[in-house]
Amino acid sequence: MALLEIRNVTRRFGGFVAVDNISLGIEAGEIFTLLGPSGCGKTTILRMIAGFDLPDEGQILLDGEDLADTPPEKRPVRTVFQNYALFPHMTVAQNIAFPLRMSRCPDAEIRQRTRDTLQQVRLGDRAGRYPNELSGGQQQRVALGRALINRPRLLLLDEPLAALDAKLREEMQIELINLQREVGITFVFVTHAQNEALALSHRIAVLNSGRVMQVDDPPRLYGFPGNRFVAGFIGHINILDAQVLETAHGHTRLGIAGLGEIIVPPVAGAAPGGKGAFAIRPELVRIGVHGDVTELKNHFPCEVRNLLYCGDVTTYRVQLANGALIEALLPNSAPGRAELFKVGDAVNVGWRHDAGVFLHE
Amino acid sequence: MSNQTAKLPPSARLTKWLVCGPPLVFLLLLFVAPSAIMVVASLRFPGEFGGLAPVAAAPGVLQGLTLETYRFFFGDFLYAEIFVKSFLVALAATLICLVMAYPLALLIARSPKKSRDLMILLVILPFASNFLIRVYAWMILLGPQGALSQLVNSALGAFGIGPVHLLFSPFAVLVAMVYVHLPFMVLPLYTNLEKHDPSLLDAAQDLGANRWQRFWHVTFPLSLPGIYAGATLVFIPVLGMFAIPDILGGTGDMLIGNLIKDQFLGTRDWPFGATLSILLTGAVLLCVLVAARLGGAGMRHA
Ligand SMILES: Nc1ncnc2c1ncn2[C@@H]1O[C@H](COP(=O)(O)OP(=O)(O)O)[C@@H](O)[C@H]1O
Ligand SMILES: [Mg+2]
Repeated sequence: MALLEIRNVTRRFGGFVAVDNISLGIEAGEIFTLLGPSGCGKTTILRMIAGFDLPDEGQILLDGEDLADTPPEKRPVRTVFQNYALFPHMTVAQNIAFPLRMSRCPDAEIRQRTRDTLQQVRLGDRAGRYPNELSGGQQQRVALGRALINRPRLLLLDEPLAALDAKLREEMQIELINLQREVGITFVFVTHAQNEALALSHRIAVLNSGRVMQVDDPPRLYGFPGNRFVAGFIGHINILDAQVLETAHGHTRLGIAGLGEIIVPPVAGAAPGGKGAFAIRPELVRIGVHGDVTELKNHFPCEVRNLLYCGDVTTYRVQLANGALIEALLPNSAPGRAELFKVGDAVNVGWRHDAGVFLHE
Repeated sequence: MSNQTAKLPPSARLTKWLVCGPPLVFLLLLFVAPSAIMVVASLRFPGEFGGLAPVAAAPGVLQGLTLETYRFFFGDFLYAEIFVKSFLVALAATLICLVMAYPLALLIARSPKKSRDLMILLVILPFASNFLIRVYAWMILLGPQGALSQLVNSALGAFGIGPVHLLFSPFAVLVAMVYVHLPFMVLPLYTNLEKHDPSLLDAAQDLGANRWQRFWHVTFPLSLPGIYAGATLVFIPVLGMFAIPDILGGTGDMLIGNLIKDQFLGTRDWPFGATLSILLTGAVLLCVLVAARLGGAGMRHA
């Protein structure tokens, strides 16, 4: 049984459906991420788990028990708010000890556990400071320590890294991963940044307009997006309108406007004439002039139209004779060389037959 | 701060003086100068028919300065008693105002934004009518023919307790003091409470605090600067108030304000009036300093 089960939950604001019949199971000990564009209902879901909001329909169960009648202060669930919501009139140590004081712990125990938690979030030397004297990353760690000190069953994090600058964000991602492994508490993480979700999560639920689009672990989500929305939302991808031409035993043949015919692995539920899209990641597209590309099952002659040099990689945009544009990402493994090809070069573009996926309409 | 000032460009320095100048002149002319005059007056001798005795009574005879009035004040227990009584009345009025204003300010601060302005308007609406008229109105409300008086006395009568006079009593003075100064407590409290980040209460609740704990550990400590501001705005005017005891108090309900007024307009002992004023001002400044320190400590990290 999942630790937290969200069963057919719907939440409406007036006529607007913010969360639309969502069902999710979150397992004990995992980092589960709700990923989606802003306004898709992530915060609303977290608030319902924490108890600040109630579903209009459906249930939320923790260890199989319906939480509907449990107020937020009684739920074994803690939240790290987006703005941290640290108490400005309390020191770091007082902030962290707050939950213990509320539950009327003995003083000696409060002191001991506060010291341990301060150590755990590496704020031992900041115990007497006030929140406004801390950096963003330190404030973040106070919020984490405060939420974890009472060992909740579930920690909810609402875009906790959004307020940090890029460098610190990466640092905090690693810290969060380590902290979660150390304490073993289940994290429900909310973000609109797909790279953050991929880096942190054990599993990700992609949301759009209050609905779940796909739930998977990061590599499967990235490698096998189940629909156009997920494919487009996570990472860069080439998406081309496609039609199923033939379903054979070992492969499926697709017809693509502006490109021609390609071979992909068998597609479940595909029938000749079925419409959809073909999606392939730029880093799985090869371009070249020699046999290594033309040996691939799917390859076409084309011309380099644009290139974007990014230091570690270069993105090439090539155009086929039939008009389709495809992006390819090539690593720049030789130092000091900005490009392998020039704009206007005639090259071949190709990919392995299992490199892309067919997305049903 | 001082090296910051030094770095300001000339135009900014000019702006600073233009902005700070008028209030500075205002304070110098209308507070510092009169205070200095009062200090000097308190050290002089009273004139024969009020006012101050001339420094040179007759050619060649100098009537210098004297500490006589101070000796007089500290020599008679009566004056210290009036001081203490006035402080107690001011303290009581401040506390009653606080207890009444806090729930109201909290209610307004947590109301939908649209209704807040209307509610604040209602709080300050009494200012639209004259202060004295509002105080005289209490004479009618508390008078022996008033409904309140009748109600109280019929209730007391049931227990066989004789009729009491609400009017011309310390009770009437306190009621009017609270009534007149309540908005001065509500407004700073509201201004403070309205700024509180509601996510702090969510966080407290999330961390296991019940309703009472949320108030006591979050809302209340964060509202201390508002409490100190409101308390100062009520305490000081109540302390110096003479009109309300004059109108609604009995003969024994004299407060410092009345005493001072008497020295200047009745007894015509200006030096003693000045002495009382100086002592009162000193006591008030001390209170303000304490409040500012307490409030400042609360404000530092909020
Ligand atoms: N209390 C509310 N009243 C009305 N609409 C709301 C309320 N809370 C959220 N919404 C709406 O619900 C949608 C989802 O909001 P939210 O859960 O905050 O999105 P996210 O966190 O994914 O950005 C938004 O369109 C938002 O405007
Ligand atoms: Mg949100």
